Amino acid sequence: MTDIQYVAPNTLDEAVGAFAAAGDDARVLAGGTDLLVQMRSGMVEPGLIVDIKQVAELTSVEETADGGFIVGAAVSGAVLEEHPRFGQVWPGVLEALNLIGSTQVQGRASAGGNLCNGSPAADSVPAMYAAGAIVTVQGPNGSRQMPVEEFPVGPGKTNLAPGEMLVSFTLPPRPPASSDAYLRMIPRTEMDIAVVGVGVSLTLEDGVCTAARVGLGAVAPTVLLVDAAAEALIGSTLDDAALDAAAAACSAACNPIDDKRGTIAYRTKVAGVLLKRTATIAADRAKGA
Amino acid sequence: MNEMSNKWIGQSTIRPDGAEKVTGRAEFAADTNMPGMIWGSVLRSPHAHARIVSIDTSKAEAHPGVKAVVTAQDIVDFPVDTPVPLGIQDMRWMCRNIMAREKVLFHGHPLAAVAATSEAIAAEACKLIEMEYEVLPWVIEIEDAIKPDAPILHEYLEHDGKPSNITGTLEHKLGDVEEGFAQADVIIERSFTTRPVHQGYIEPHACLVSVAADGKTTIWSSSQGQFMVRAMTAMLTDMPQSDIRAIPAEIGGGFGGKTIVYLEPVATMLSKKSGRPVKMVMSREDVMRASGPTSGSMSTVKIGATKDGQIVAAEGTFYLQAGALPGSPIRGAAGCGFAPYNIPNVHSVGIDVVSNRSKVAAYRAPGAPIGAFAVESVLDEVAEALNIDPLELRLRHAAREGTKAAHGPTYPLIGFVETIEAAIEHPHYKAPLGKHQGRGVASGFWFNAGGESSAQVNITEDGNVVVTTGHPDIGGSRAAIANVAAELLGIDYRRVSVLIGDTATVGYSNLTGGSRVLFASAMAVTDSAGQVITTLCERAAKIWDIDPDAVTWEDGEARPAGDNAGQFEPLSLADIAAQATQTGGPIGHGAQLNTTGAQGGFATHICDVEVDMDLGIVKVLRYTSFQDVGRAVHPAYVEGQMQGGVAQGIGWALNEEYIFDKDGHVDNPGFLDYRMPVCSDLPMLDAVMIEVPNPAHPQGVRGVGEVPLVPALAAIANAVHNALGLRFSSLPMSPPKVLAALEMPEAAE
Amino acid sequence: MAKLHVSTTINGEPTEFLCEPYETMLDVLRDGLGLTGSKEGCGSGDCGACSITLDNRLVCSCLMLAAEAEGHEINTIEGMAKGENLQPLQQKFLEMAALQCGICTPGMLVAAKSLLEHNPNPTETEVRYWLAGNLCRCTGYDKIVRAVMDTAEEMRGAAQ
Repeated sequence: MTDIQYVAPNTLDEAVGAFAAAGDDARVLAGGTDLLVQMRSGMVEPGLIVDIKQVAELTSVEETADGGFIVGAAVSGAVLEEHPRFGQVWPGVLEALNLIGSTQVQGRASAGGNLCNGSPAADSVPAMYAAGAIVTVQGPNGSRQMPVEEFPVGPGKTNLAPGEMLVSFTLPPRPPASSDAYLRMIPRTEMDIAVVGVGVSLTLEDGVCTAARVGLGAVAPTVLLVDAAAEALIGSTLDDAALDAAAAACSAACNPIDDKRGTIAYRTKVAGVLLKRTATIAADRAKGA
Repeated sequence: MNEMSNKWIGQSTIRPDGAEKVTGRAEFAADTNMPGMIWGSVLRSPHAHARIVSIDTSKAEAHPGVKAVVTAQDIVDFPVDTPVPLGIQDMRWMCRNIMAREKVLFHGHPLAAVAATSEAIAAEACKLIEMEYEVLPWVIEIEDAIKPDAPILHEYLEHDGKPSNITGTLEHKLGDVEEGFAQADVIIERSFTTRPVHQGYIEPHACLVSVAADGKTTIWSSSQGQFMVRAMTAMLTDMPQSDIRAIPAEIGGGFGGKTIVYLEPVATMLSKKSGRPVKMVMSREDVMRASGPTSGSMSTVKIGATKDGQIVAAEGTFYLQAGALPGSPIRGAAGCGFAPYNIPNVHSVGIDVVSNRSKVAAYRAPGAPIGAFAVESVLDEVAEALNIDPLELRLRHAAREGTKAAHGPTYPLIGFVETIEAAIEHPHYKAPLGKHQGRGVASGFWFNAGGESSAQVNITEDGNVVVTTGHPDIGGSRAAIANVAAELLGIDYRRVSVLIGDTATVGYSNLTGGSRVLFASAMAVTDSAGQVITTLCERAAKIWDIDPDAVTWEDGEARPAGDNAGQFEPLSLADIAAQATQTGGPIGHGAQLNTTGAQGGFATHICDVEVDMDLGIVKVLRYTSFQDVGRAVHPAYVEGQMQGGVAQGIGWALNEEYIFDKDGHVDNPGFLDYRMPVCSDLPMLDAVMIEVPNPAHPQGVRGVGEVPLVPALAAIANAVHNALGLRFSSLPMSPPKVLAALEMPEAAE
Repeated sequence: MAKLHVSTTINGEPTEFLCEPYETMLDVLRDGLGLTGSKEGCGSGDCGACSITLDNRLVCSCLMLAAEAEGHEINTIEGMAKGENLQPLQQKFLEMAALQCGICTPGMLVAAKSLLEHNPNPTETEVRYWLAGNLCRCTGYDKIVRAVMDTAEEMRGAAQ
């Protein structure tokens, strides 16, 4: 802990350069809401902290000409909330990010940090899966993109190569009558880690669901993209039978553990319950969109 | 007291320490610093149970920046075969709790401490201490600890003639229960469990200790009793009490958990060895692993009634976890459970059980919520079986003046009946309920305490008032004391400054605990103020040259007692103070009392809940508590006690619990996973104060701080039962448990 | 290894300090700058007792490195009252007994002030969720929520 260094570079290239040069010892600091807790507990002892909050690409929210969004990896939930358009287009992504921790934490915590921390219970990640976000990473060998669901590979593990850092999320343009939603189950009303989290994004045409994606958190070693649940919704009017089938698909996809936050049986059941509630909210929003 | 105008008693005045608290200036223990100060850090056991084979501190001592290392060798050893009582504690256990001796008894048990020039160096040096252990089998839960083949924590403690983890029992008897049950038409017998819960104060334990070269020692610390800190530190470090000045810092919550020491004797030895002031502050993880909590429990309660609705017998057995060393609040569980009721035949037994978890500390009405949870749940079922309204059943059997309680006393004037009547009449009790909603009621009792308190009331030269008492103010007691002093002296409360003295500046005062602070200190202040008034009248008499008996004190002035006394302009406090030197010197008096007459506290609660049938989440929708508060000297802070107790009860009932992993370690030692209620979890908590003044107290005060927690667990469980038809006999009613019970009703058990 | 030199603004005062790279803003406020009004209840962002604002955004100072203060504006409980004049929330907390032990109070006040700046007319639910990261074990929150709502109403009245 005593040999630690701190840098706050101004450009992405400098940030990546410093980060890559320091090797395994380096940690990226965005909101710090995970990193500082891990440092305090002795879980990580970084040699170098790279504060990325001076870097424009990492801290900006851009609405693209086609109606999509590029969200910098270090953008906090509170900043995203203040964007005039983002919450109208992606209410589920926004609500997921702003369920993390307290108001205080929302002022700092970012979707990038949430994803890089690698927790299967990260709130914003199922919503990003559902949204079909593409992530951009940059390393010493340049930048590359991948679907968000390819990013986590296990608890606390991502497929970032050595020296690479997460730069941004690209969210696609939205067809008409599309929306998304995120719900999680926690024992209290706030301040807990998700016991189960479900993100649903869907598109309706004349009341029929024509496209859907379902992200499911805290029930497996990584967040899951549940295609079977999405397929159960697509082509339906989100009637009870379709919701039951999608809920069953979510429960079937679960591979959870018993821990201090929930039991296997509880998580499995709740995954289905939340799917129904989340899909219904997303559909109601899509009808109003 | 009815003769008094009650200008200030009953007013929610601004607290004397308020401005400092809202501006961040109030000095809590961790805010205190000294020149030359160094930091102490504690090495804690990684095992739940192990024999200490050897401990080698040489590398730590040699580490740059390290100034002192302390182990159990530096703490006084009280041999295990001779009890050394101090209040309700036993120093045999206290010396082993603050520093492991012979064995480590729980994960997090202190083994050694290091003082160094920075916190980081002290923590690093702790890691250099070399320990050798013989790891032993461990046991956490009561049901495992009382099995015949359980690992034994203390081989020298015997029960039924052999070494046992049962380390104490207590029994209350009234009448003949067998005869009573023989008359019963309905007998309900159920078993219950509750989990250990932490007091959850937001301020971690902290202290700063400076031992001078001559041994004179100053301790600033967060505690519920500076005199307790002095006494325990003196005993554990072998110092005379007169060498120790214990200064009470502002205390950031205690709820009973700061009625014992953890850090102060250790910091004292580190300071003594290093010659430097030493500061120690626990981390939240240390607080959760190694301080408090209150007991988990396993109990069985049986109640019998005749078909016309008379309860004829009641029996209870309450096993309570003591933690690693003996001393659980069995008296609270076995004594308070049946105490609200007039039942002719009662048999109540408490059993103390040790296991490999941190030693319990007091928590708001220690043991009583555990007893009430079991008794009030069974009472609810009895009412159901007899088809009687549950409050009506309680009213029929409510203890009142003259009722003989199983735990001993015959009650004087108490206001329990009034709490039930108020609940029955309250709109809450009749309000409609929606789908998946339920309403529960429960009552509760707490002993309340008197005991030693000291106070000094001094008149300043300009005719204002300084009151010094000896109890750390944990929730606004200074405000209430200002009201009492202002009332007695007939002056504006803003002219009264109330201070908490340290052990060198005020007489001995027992703990802030047992709901005793205002009860006892108001008596000491009343006594002191009475003497002051006598002196003021004497001084006025001197000025007027009349007989002191001819002077009365009214509305803050000395006045001639009647026409016969003569015609004089009244003399104000300021007038008399201005002439104090000429009339006999400074004006001030103190009192040091051992107070008696603290009568029990009673409360009745109504709770509404709603259950999410698919997720198993119980939400408290509405809560109203009714309490006999004696006389609400400062109503807002009395309400605050009632609301705070209920909130803690909601946490205990729904989500709070210690979770242990497969190695016997606490798996949730922080506020993230030890789930205390957050602001958005709770509704407004309505508090209905019922004033039945305590005739044994000059202001009618009854303790109010603890009983608000007592009925809450059962009120919530009874509400869940009303909503679902399922009776939860095991707390907490957390979502996985509730959902499992909804799917499979026997899981509620 | 050298300490970092940080230039920042604290409660309106230009302030410079030296810190270790791993030190939190809370460490520096309390131990370096003597601003002990911000409290440490957990060190993990779960209790809110260390709440401050960073460029007018509410944060936990235990979850922020001191080095991050460079060039930014910090406000703490010590900056809330102006001389002898308590901020309306501070006054209302006193009048309505919205504190018992007082350890959570500085963080609670900083958070409540931030709420009313963002939302001068919050519902009870909005108050409760905004303050969900500020643990209080004494009051059951009842009087705190009432004090915040009452203050908001008064401040709206005064603004008209």
